[in-house]
Amino acid sequence: MEYIIILISAIFVNNIVLAKFLGICPFVGVSAKTDTAVGMSGAVMFVMTIATIITWLIKTYILEVYGLQFLEIISFILVISSLVQLVEIILKKVSPPLFQALGIYLPLITTNCAILGVAIEASGTTDFGLLHSTVFAIANAIGFGLVMILFASLREHLDLVNVPKGMRGVPAAFIVAGILALAFMGFSGMV
Amino acid sequence: MNQVQNFTKGLFKENPVFVMMLGLCPALGVTTSAINGLGMGLATTFVLLMSNIVVSIIKNAIPPKVRIPSFIVIIASFVTIVDLTMNAYLPSLHKELGLFIPLIVVNCLVMGRAEGFASKNNTLSSIIDALGMGFGFAIALTILGGVREILGSGAIFGVSLVDADLMLAFVLAPGAFIGLGYLIAIHRAIKKN
Repeated sequence: MEYIIILISAIFVNNIVLAKFLGICPFVGVSAKTDTAVGMSGAVMFVMTIATIITWLIKTYILEVYGLQFLEIISFILVISSLVQLVEIILKKVSPPLFQALGIYLPLITTNCAILGVAIEASGTTDFGLLHSTVFAIANAIGFGLVMILFASLREHLDLVNVPKGMRGVPAAFIVAGILALAFMGFSGMV
Repeated sequence: MNQVQNFTKGLFKENPVFVMMLGLCPALGVTTSAINGLGMGLATTFVLLMSNIVVSIIKNAIPPKVRIPSFIVIIASFVTIVDLTMNAYLPSLHKELGLFIPLIVVNCLVMGRAEGFASKNNTLSSIIDALGMGFGFAIALTILGGVREILGSGAIFGVSLVDADLMLAFVLAPGAFIGLGYLIAIHRAIKKN
């Protein structure tokens, strides 16, 4: 039951993009087409889950044991950026089709604040065990993917509409995102 | 490029938020009020300034292949300093900005200036560039925070102007997107004339 609450809360109520404002760069940058949005969401889900598990282990078994909590930011970002490269190398060897699909999005992920944000949040929530953190990461990744794909399909339709000249492109996209956020506010109070 | 242009380009013409769309996560996340925007802007300016100085000094000592990881370590060290200092001396602001202080590490603006400017220019230009970009970022965040505060709660910098609840949505998440969308459009219109 706890896990279901974590899932619903992270996907709908406290959506990572629309309520917590993490991962805005890919949300605006690669959402012009639906298939790139799907690729990016897949890559984020992959890296976010692994990164959260590994940073949780590092925090619990290294940083806390030796009283090094002040190194959290530095160690997490280093782990995430090396992890992304590692994932890239392993995927290339093990699963070329998956690498084909996710490959170009992987380098972009290092600077995706959603990954570091979820890792820090999961390690900062004191009653989160390893399984809780993993579910939390997966839930946030699903939330990211859902909003990303919704937004990409909205933007594809936006291309066909006659938008006033000064608002074309990014400004109109932000207004659409605002309305989407307004719609997601309807979920608040669910958990 | 002379130093005056180097400074002013970040303020308006190449504003990091309105034109280059860098650092959007904190720009949307913390700007529920003008003072939060200003605090976040100044914290980012400090990290940007210090990392630009260090990168421009040691740029020749860093092997090109490990450039990016080295920059990340430099930036993360200064972010840790800001995080701990703010927690000690400004606990209430630190609490409001929350997760976004550690996330300065992955702010594309800081990384972008280290890689795109400080690693190619001398220390003085890098300092001026960092100050211009940092202040441009702070101004953008303060304006967005101010607009949201006025429309949402009828106050500015915590000083109440009208005694009523206005469009509450502007202090909440949707207002951030809508406010920034209109501000970008206004910035474009001013730039054109």
